[in-house]
Amino acid sequence: MAEFCMPSLGADMKKGTLVEWKVKPGDRVRRGDIIAEVETEKGIIEIEVFMDGVVEKLTAKPGDEVPVGEVIALIRTEEAEETEARLKVSPAARKKAAELGLDLTGIQPTGPDGAISLADVERAAGGIPAKKAVKPAAPAGKEISDFQLGMRRAIAAAMGRSNREIPHYYLETRIDLSRAMNWLTAENQKRSVKDRLLPVVLLLKAAALALTDIPALNGYWVEDRHQPSEAVHVGFAIALRQGGLIAPAIHDANRKSLDELMSDMRDLIARTRSGRLRGSEMTDATVTLTNLGDLGVETTYGVIYPPQVALVSFGRIMDQPWVENGMIGIRPVVSATLSGDHRASDGRTGAQFLHTVNRYLQEAGKL
Amino acid sequence: MREEQLKTILLDTLQEMAPEMDLDAVSPDEDLRRALDIDSFDFLNVIIALHEKLGVEIPEADYGRLNTLSGMLAYLSDRTG
Repeated sequence: MAEFCMPSLGADMKKGTLVEWKVKPGDRVRRGDIIAEVETEKGIIEIEVFMDGVVEKLTAKPGDEVPVGEVIALIRTEEAEETEARLKVSPAARKKAAELGLDLTGIQPTGPDGAISLADVERAAGGIPAKKAVKPAAPAGKEISDFQLGMRRAIAAAMGRSNREIPHYYLETRIDLSRAMNWLTAENQKRSVKDRLLPVVLLLKAAALALTDIPALNGYWVEDRHQPSEAVHVGFAIALRQGGLIAPAIHDANRKSLDELMSDMRDLIARTRSGRLRGSEMTDATVTLTNLGDLGVETTYGVIYPPQVALVSFGRIMDQPWVENGMIGIRPVVSATLSGDHRASDGRTGAQFLHTVNRYLQEAGKL
Repeated sequence: MREEQLKTILLDTLQEMAPEMDLDAVSPDEDLRRALDIDSFDFLNVIIALHEKLGVEIPEADYGRLNTLSGMLAYLSDRTG
């Protein structure tokens, strides 16, 4: 039997309120299925299951406020099913164990022929600590101000930790986007409005590709060392209209086409604002990208989201004087900034990263 | 299409994009993106919605004429004739 616990949906989450179960006991679930909705400080999140099996028992009920790491369901995995099938268990014992949510494979048999008896189950149940009392949940349809307060506290916890623990360094460079923008304009002319690409998609793809080249900036700082991630899941910072922000992950951004990235971003923005993100989107980001260019910001020096080790930001794309081969001209230019965790990487690595981003953006047609 | 009708469609579209904004408070010549706090994705969604509702294909090169309510109305009434 596998225990399914309240997942941590971010470094700042301490508890979640179960809103709804999407499964019932007896349902077969596959890894990645959405089995519940949990309300957090960042809105309602759809929770995915991480194993294949059959739902044995739901130990938390809608409305329960559950600390991160506490069991909310028991899932009989296929492996366990096979082992259990080989076990000899009296029918009464099987029934009692199911009621109590006990794993039969963990029970010492004393019955005839090495079978698990009802007495064995009851004895095993005695050793299980009583379930912690859970406070009644806050009523549904919370005041917006509560949501905002929770969101601010979540951001405060994560950013406070970041500034306490992460020795940031910052590097900035200006990138000539004339080739990229020319390519984009020509490409968009061929497309209908609904298929048009936005410049931010080029920036996202270039950054994701550069991270595969410079893995020291991708992944997590855990247990006093950098644990690089092979996958590049880019957390894309999205501001909420009511205040606050969430940076859900765009999975495998380095491997997706510009069209896929465009539709992923569109979908992610809509679901972030309507509060329908998935647990994996909340937890999987291996790096964060922020872009305040739409608001006119030229340069951002971002705060890294722990335990990530880097944050990449782009500013507004602006026409600026630019000198190349001794000639001055006016070109669209963007400022790219890297906030790096100095525990995980050095300025030289960061410089290579920005250089690589630039290189990719000079060949936008290949992105 | 009459200008009144166009205006209604335009305002409805913008309201869908920024449901909590008071459109009456936006003056005709104010920068829309700033006034409604909409980003480039929102703006593109407005263009797509107008395309769907009015059948107007707006080229990127014309985006500069769509920065204000009055600019949008003028542009759309030109294009819908």
